Amino acid sequence: MEAKIISEHYTKDEFIGIDGYKKHGGYEQIANAFKMQPKEIIEMVKAAGLRGRGGAGFPTGMKWSFLPDNGEERYLLCNADEGEPGTFKDRKMMERAPHQLIEGMIISGYAVNSHKGYIYVRGEYRHIIELLEKAIKEAYDAGYLGKNIQGSGFDFDLDVYSGAGAYICGEETGMISSLEGYKGQPKLKPPFPAVQGYLKKPTIVNNVETLASVKYILRDGVEAYRKYGTEKSTGTKLFSVSGDVQRPGTYEVPLGYPLKQLIEEECGGLKPGRKLKAVIPGGSSAPILNAEEAYKVNMDYESLQSVGSMLGSGAVIVIDDTRCMVDLLDVTLHFYHHESCGQCTPCREGTGWINKIANKIVKGEGRVQDIDLLETVAKNMMGKTICALSDAAAMPTISFVQKFRDEFEFYVREGRSKVKGQTYAQVHG
Amino acid sequence: MFQLANERVEKIKSEMKRYETKQSAIIPALYQVQEQYGWVSKEAIDFLSELMEIPVAEIREVFTFYTMFNQKPTGKFHLQVCTNISCSMAGGRELTDYICKKLNVKAGETSADGKFSVSKVECLGSCDTAPVMQNNFEYHENLNEAKIDQIIESLQKLN
Ligand SMILES: Cc1cc2nc3c(=O)[nH]c(=O)nc-3n(C[C@H](O)[C@H](O)[C@H](O)COP(=O)(O)O)c2cc1C
Ligand code: SF4
Ligand code: FES
Repeated sequence: MEAKIISEHYTKDEFIGIDGYKKHGGYEQIANAFKMQPKEIIEMVKAAGLRGRGGAGFPTGMKWSFLPDNGEERYLLCNADEGEPGTFKDRKMMERAPHQLIEGMIISGYAVNSHKGYIYVRGEYRHIIELLEKAIKEAYDAGYLGKNIQGSGFDFDLDVYSGAGAYICGEETGMISSLEGYKGQPKLKPPFPAVQGYLKKPTIVNNVETLASVKYILRDGVEAYRKYGTEKSTGTKLFSVSGDVQRPGTYEVPLGYPLKQLIEEECGGLKPGRKLKAVIPGGSSAPILNAEEAYKVNMDYESLQSVGSMLGSGAVIVIDDTRCMVDLLDVTLHFYHHESCGQCTPCREGTGWINKIANKIVKGEGRVQDIDLLETVAKNMMGKTICALSDAAAMPTISFVQKFRDEFEFYVREGRSKVKGQTYAQVHG
Repeated sequence: MFQLANERVEKIKSEMKRYETKQSAIIPALYQVQEQYGWVSKEAIDFLSELMEIPVAEIREVFTFYTMFNQKPTGKFHLQVCTNISCSMAGGRELTDYICKKLNVKAGETSADGKFSVSKVECLGSCDTAPVMQNNFEYHENLNEAKIDQIIESLQKLN
């Protein structure tokens, strides 16, 4: 069953504006936070076991502790770039509860002793940028933002920044370059943003859902927060489910929730007469699972790792038996090639090469050796680059080829799709 | 001749003060140009460079990095159809073909009357309502051919 903590009020339109938000306990946790020392909040977030919801699952409290204690100005950046294919839960949250994110940022800002925050939103979400600007103004007018918030002596300013269409700006150092007014190219780490980020100042970057979750840790306490989830993957998580299910959408379930149950109960199962073929469990960068693996796995960081995949952004793409895996890999590789920022040779050349091979195969022009070539090139793209995009393109490639090799072999042998019976060009014109 | 509307120039000036450095106002400034002209010309970049006192090369670098900035004249209605994985599974590619045929353009091009441009774009963060497209910034979700017909018909009535 769903466990609606973060998303409890998302169906209520009044929750979007500040008055309705306050009616449901909105902004109450700010006063609660101000009663504590910032360090106590960081300890609480650590004890609750909160892990980043943006993709890597890094422990949030630990990231916050990396800030150097040197009196330098610090920035808090919210990553609302949401570009990982299959992911739309941050959009949902910001559309239905902009103040929830703002409250989470005020509390987090206080905890990390930052006085300036930005929400970096992907450019395509223009309507959300407008909604957030309005909500931020409401929060200033109500005295939740600005100088001496609620008489606490704590100052916090918050603003929004619009991206302009580049997946790579979701990578935290790419995002910082973009916010600084340059092309959004990632930078080599270390130094990590916590030490040297926006304008070379210590900077915390967290995902929308991570920052909003902080509020609920304060509200419910560590024990109650840990009641949901597993020992190492605590709390609830918003999953974006799309693809071949009856009811795609955003669902909040405890971490550790069985994927089978998420598909069958929350999403109403597959379409009539269809069988599960595969699931991408954490956005298109996550290695794909075959049906057998998907029906056994639980949705937490460790379980997915144990089957060789990852929770990523929590974007679940369900694929039934009418789909051609060669075609879906081609679509995915087109994306990574398009989005590579080009700084690193293995990524720039590699994404181009594997995209070309996959494309050749779907046109019915592939050779048998191309299948191994896909895998070899992909393997050579891993662990060699400035950011994880190269790996993000390599991982699906390797897993698609390994788990659905028969479809690739059929395609190169017969020059057409095993599933569709035709080539891509014959199907799509 | 390139002539950015006064209120847009003022907006750019205020964006230059909004962030810690004026460099951060490059993206907002490019949006201001694009919203008036539909794309960003060389003249526009020269103008911004002078207005913002930022070298042309730095503005160009930002301009060419981001896919949402159009490097050539673009139709009044820019139909951007998602062809990433969930939308492709829901028929996004076939719908793109349908739109192109209907408007007699190729993806990446603009109709002869300058009204419509069609592009294939990556995931729009709306995969639960696939297939999806944006007309400029407006989302159209759960698309099918009948809906496309309606949308295009109503856009054609606007001038
Ligand atoms: C190519 C790439 C794209 C990414 N895109 C996003 C994104 O859209 N949203 C996000 O929150 N994190 C994204 N990340 C992860 C961020 O780099 C960063 O780890 C995250 O924002 C940290 O927040 P968290 O600890 O709260 O998860 C991306 C990473 C990579 C390598
Ligand atoms: S891995 Fe790819 S996207 Fe990341 S910095 Fe290198 S070239 Fe750019
Ligand atoms: S795949 Fe089209 S909106 Fe995500």
